[in-house]
Amino acid sequence: MLPFTIEKVRSVEAAIAAASSGRRLIAGGTTLIDLMRDEVEQPQQLVDINALPLSEIRVDRSDLVIGALARMADVAAHPDVQRLHPMVAESLIEGASPQLRNMASIGGNLLQRVRCPYFRMLDAACNKRSPLSGCAALGGLNAGHAILGTSDHCVATHPSDVAVTLVALDATMRVVGPKGERTFLVEELFRLPGDTPHLEHTLLPGELIVEVRVPGGPVGRRGRYLKVRDRASYEFALVSAAAALDVADGVIRGARLAVGGVGTRPWRMRAVESALIGKVPDRKVFEAAARLALEGALPLSGNRYKLELLPRTIVRAFEMTGGIA
Amino acid sequence: MTMAIIGRPLARVDGRAKVTGAARYAADFNQPGQAYAVIVSATVGLGRVTGMDSAAIEKMPGILAVLSHLNAPRLAYGQHKSYIDPATGERLHVLQDERIRFHGQPVAVVVATTIAQAERAAAALRVSYNAERPVVDSAGPEARPIVPEAGRQPDARLPADKARGDADRALAESPVKVDETYDIARENHNPMEPHATIASWNGDRLTLWSKSQFVVNEQAEIAAIFGLPLENVTVICPFIGGAFGTSLRTWPHVTLAAMAAQHVRRPVKLVLTRKQMFFTTGHRPRTVQRIALGATADGKLTSVVHEGTGETSRYEEFMEALTSVTTFLYSCPNVRTRYRLVPVDTGTPNHMRGPGEASGVFALECAMDELAYKLRLDPIDLRRRNEPAIDEGENKPFSSRSLMRCYDLGAEHFGWARRTPEPRSMRDGRLLVGMGVASASYPAFHAPATARARLLPDGTAEVEIAASDMGPGTYTSMTQVAAETLGLPVERVRFSLGRSDYPPAPSHGGSWTMASVGSAIRAACIAVREEAAKGRTDRPIEATASSQRDPQAAERFSMHSFGAVFVEIAVDPDVGTIRVRRAVGAYGIGRVVNPRLARSQCTGGMVGGIGMALMERTVLDARDGRPVNAHMADYLMPVNLDILQLEAHFVEEADPHVNQLGVKGLGEIALVGIAPAIANAVFHATGKRVRALPIRIEDVLTA
Repeated sequence: MLPFTIEKVRSVEAAIAAASSGRRLIAGGTTLIDLMRDEVEQPQQLVDINALPLSEIRVDRSDLVIGALARMADVAAHPDVQRLHPMVAESLIEGASPQLRNMASIGGNLLQRVRCPYFRMLDAACNKRSPLSGCAALGGLNAGHAILGTSDHCVATHPSDVAVTLVALDATMRVVGPKGERTFLVEELFRLPGDTPHLEHTLLPGELIVEVRVPGGPVGRRGRYLKVRDRASYEFALVSAAAALDVADGVIRGARLAVGGVGTRPWRMRAVESALIGKVPDRKVFEAAARLALEGALPLSGNRYKLELLPRTIVRAFEMTGGIA
Repeated sequence: MTMAIIGRPLARVDGRAKVTGAARYAADFNQPGQAYAVIVSATVGLGRVTGMDSAAIEKMPGILAVLSHLNAPRLAYGQHKSYIDPATGERLHVLQDERIRFHGQPVAVVVATTIAQAERAAAALRVSYNAERPVVDSAGPEARPIVPEAGRQPDARLPADKARGDADRALAESPVKVDETYDIARENHNPMEPHATIASWNGDRLTLWSKSQFVVNEQAEIAAIFGLPLENVTVICPFIGGAFGTSLRTWPHVTLAAMAAQHVRRPVKLVLTRKQMFFTTGHRPRTVQRIALGATADGKLTSVVHEGTGETSRYEEFMEALTSVTTFLYSCPNVRTRYRLVPVDTGTPNHMRGPGEASGVFALECAMDELAYKLRLDPIDLRRRNEPAIDEGENKPFSSRSLMRCYDLGAEHFGWARRTPEPRSMRDGRLLVGMGVASASYPAFHAPATARARLLPDGTAEVEIAASDMGPGTYTSMTQVAAETLGLPVERVRFSLGRSDYPPAPSHGGSWTMASVGSAIRAACIAVREEAAKGRTDRPIEATASSQRDPQAAERFSMHSFGAVFVEIAVDPDVGTIRVRRAVGAYGIGRVVNPRLARSQCTGGMVGGIGMALMERTVLDARDGRPVNAHMADYLMPVNLDILQLEAHFVEEADPHVNQLGVKGLGEIALVGIAPAIANAVFHATGKRVRALPIRIEDVLTA
C-alpha cells in the first residue's frame, strides 16, 4: 500500500473542489481500500465525503429517492424501499456480505470496479488497470466473465447487483460538478470497454453523485431480483436478472428486464421486454422472449454455460414476479 | 475414587479465552524491538531469477534488509525428515539459488521497521526472470506418471501396487460392470488464521512463536536447516485458528523469519498474506482415479480395480492413502490397486483434512452407487451384501467394525426408507430432491507420545505435553482424561500444550491425538496417582510417562473407524443451484470422550465435505502456473447460508484393542464420505452423474 493523506470535507462544494483537483473521493471504502492494499489503486490524496448530508432515503411523490451516501444495508431495510421497490431491497441483500453492506454506499456501489482476478494482480496483463498491457482473462480463467458487450480488450462483468435493478427500473441519478448539475439515466453511467476499458463511467472530472431516483409506478412493486451462483451468499452473480411486469386483465402491459453477470455493464434487455407486451404471462411466453437475450452474445473459453443459464434465469425471474414459487 | 468425566459433554475449557480474545495465537506474541518481514513471491511459474533491483528498495524508508539468493546466508539444510515430510525428494531450499520451481516461490524477503514499510518495499521490488512455461495440469498431455519411490516395496505403508486374486480377469468375466474415471480438483486448506511466525534470537538460541500442528518437528526442522543443536530451538504455539493439515510441515516462511531475524539482529514477525497461502503451504493434490467394479447379478462384488494418480511437485514425492480403503472396505476376492504420482511445476502438496482417504473414498463410493443402480439394488443393500468378515487386504480381523450398524442408525435418523430410488422421482414443489449415501472410513492410528503430570500439594494438577489444539478441543478432552485418571474435578487440572520443550507428542493430524496424547496423559496420571497412594507429602508429585500401541494388538488386528453418511439435496431444475438441505452421519469411532466436541468435529468435517463436493477448487493458469482465484471471494468455501441441518450420531462401540482409552480418534473421518454422498444425491435428484469435483451449476444445468 502506498502512503496517502486523507481529509474530511463537510460540504458538497468542498467535495467538488477536491475532486476537481484530482483527489479521490472515498465513502464506504469497501472497493477502494481493498484495491489500494493490492496497489491496484494508488491515490495519494483521499477526501472523505462521509460527513456530507447525502444519506437520506425519502419518497418524492411516488418516486423513491436514495441519497448517494445511504448504506446498502440501510436502503435494503427501509420500509419505503421494501414497499415501493422490493426488488431494489432484494438486489441489495443479495450483494456482498453483511459487513460490506453496512459500509458500502449506493454511489460507491455503482462505481465499484470489476472483480476480474487479473485486474487485481499487478503482475498480470490487464488493459483496464494498465492500458495496452493485454487481457489475461481472454486466455485464462474466464468462467465468470461477460458474454455481452465484450471487446478484445476487456471481458470483465460489472459486479453490482443493485445497478442491474436500477437500470431495469429506469432509475436516474443526479450529479453535481464544477459546471453545475445534471440528471441522467443510471444506465448511461456505464461505458462499454471498447478499446478504452480503463474508462468505466461517464462522470466528468469533479462530478459527485448526489442521489439516485427510482420512478414509482405499478411495475416496480412486483419486481424480483434473482441471483444465480454456486454459493448461497458472498459470491458475485454467474447470472442475475431484475425482472418486473405490469399485468392488467391478464395481459402484460409493461415489462422491465436487466441482467447482471453476463455484461460488461448492467444489461437492459429491451428486445425481451418488447416481446412480452400484449402477451398472456406464462412460461412459454417467457421462454420465447428470453431467447432474444442471447442476441449478440459471445461466449469465452470458460463461460459457454452462460448461454444456457441466462435465458433460464430470465424465465425464472419472470415466473417469480407472478408469484410462482 | 473414580468420576465419570470421560464421556461428559463438557464445554471447551478454553472457550472463554477464545471468545474474549485472551487466547494468544502465533502472531500475537509481539516482541520488543520487533521488525517486520514480507515475502516477495515469484511471478513466473518456472525459470530463473536474472536480476533484482534491491538497491532501489534498500533506500526506502525503514528498510533494514532485502534478502534474496544473492545475499542470503547459505543455510546448513541438514538431513531431517519426519513422517509428515515426503519420504522421497528434498524440501525446498529457500533463497539458496536462482531457480524458480513454481509460481509464488519466495524470491526475496524484505525486512523493515514497520509492516507498512515492508509491504510497500516488497511490492516495489523489481525482479527480472528468465521464464519458462510450466506444466501444471497433472492430467494433461504433458503429464508423466511415475511410480512413487516409497511405494515400490510390497510391504510399504502406501504400496504403489497391491493385488489379491486376478481383478482384471474377474472384471472381464463379470456380468455387471462399472468402469469410470473420477476427477477431484486441487484444493487449499484456507484456515481462518494465516501462517505466522515471530522469530527471536538470543545468541545462538532461537525462539519461534509459530503456527504449527507439530511443534517438536518444527523445532527439529529449523535446527537442521540452521545447523543448530536441537535444544537451541524452542517453538511455542498454544493456539491455532484452524489448520486442516496446512501447518503439519514446516514451510519456507518459518526459515525466512528466522533468517531475517538473524540478519537484522532483532526479533522479526512474518505473516503470510491470504494470497501467499495458495503458494508455499501445501494443498490437497488434484487426483484422477479410475474405479472398475465387477459384480454378480445378485450384487456380490467379483472385482475391484482402483487406479489413482495424484499430483506432486518436481522436488518431492507427496504420497497419501488414495487407494488404501479400497483394499478392505468391501469383501471381494479380486482386488487390484495402483497408485501413481504426476510431478508438475507446483509446490509440494500436503495432507488436507481427510486426506487421501477422502479422495479415494469419493471415487469408490460413487462407483458403488453407480453399481447399485445397474443392479437395481438399494445402495445400502449393496453394501450389506459385500460386508466383509475380516480385513481381506491384510487378512486379519478388525479390532472393531460397525459399518452396518452405522448404516442402520443413520438410516433411521435420516429417514432413508422414505426415499424412492428412481432418479428425479422426488420433488418438493419445483425443486428436485436427491438423497445420497456413502461409507466413510479412516484408520485408527496411534503414535508414541510422552506426557508429564504433576500433583501439587494444594490438590491441583498440571499436565504438559507438546501437543496441539487446532480446534477439535484437545485442551478440553485431555483435561477430561487427566481429571478422571487423577480423580480430580476438571477445574483442578491445568493442561498445557504447544511448547517444544514439553514432552514430545506426535503431529496433530491423522486423528491420532486423542489416542496417542490421551494415552500418554493417562499413563503419566496413573504414575502420579500410584505415587500419591503411597502416602501424604508436602512436595509435588511428578511423573513423566510414555505410551504406544500394544505391538501385539497392532499385529493381530486391522484398526479403522467407519461411518455412514446420508445427504439430502435440492436442485433447482431451472437454474441449477444445488443446496445441501440435510446431512446425517453415523460413526463408529470407539469411545466418545466428549460428545459435544465430537459432534462439533463431525459438523465441521461435513462443512469441509460440502466445500469439497460443491465449491472448492484452486484454478491454476496453464500459462504461468498462477493460482488465479487466490482470494477468499474467489475460492469458494461454504458460508453460513450454505449450511442448513447437520447431524452426527455415534454407535456404541467398545474396542479393547486400539488402546486402553478405547478411542479411535475423530476428525478426518468426518470429511470422508460427504462428497460422494452429495454426488450420489445429485444423481438421484437429476439423473445426471457428475464425476468431477466440485459439482457446479454448469454441471447440472443441462441434466
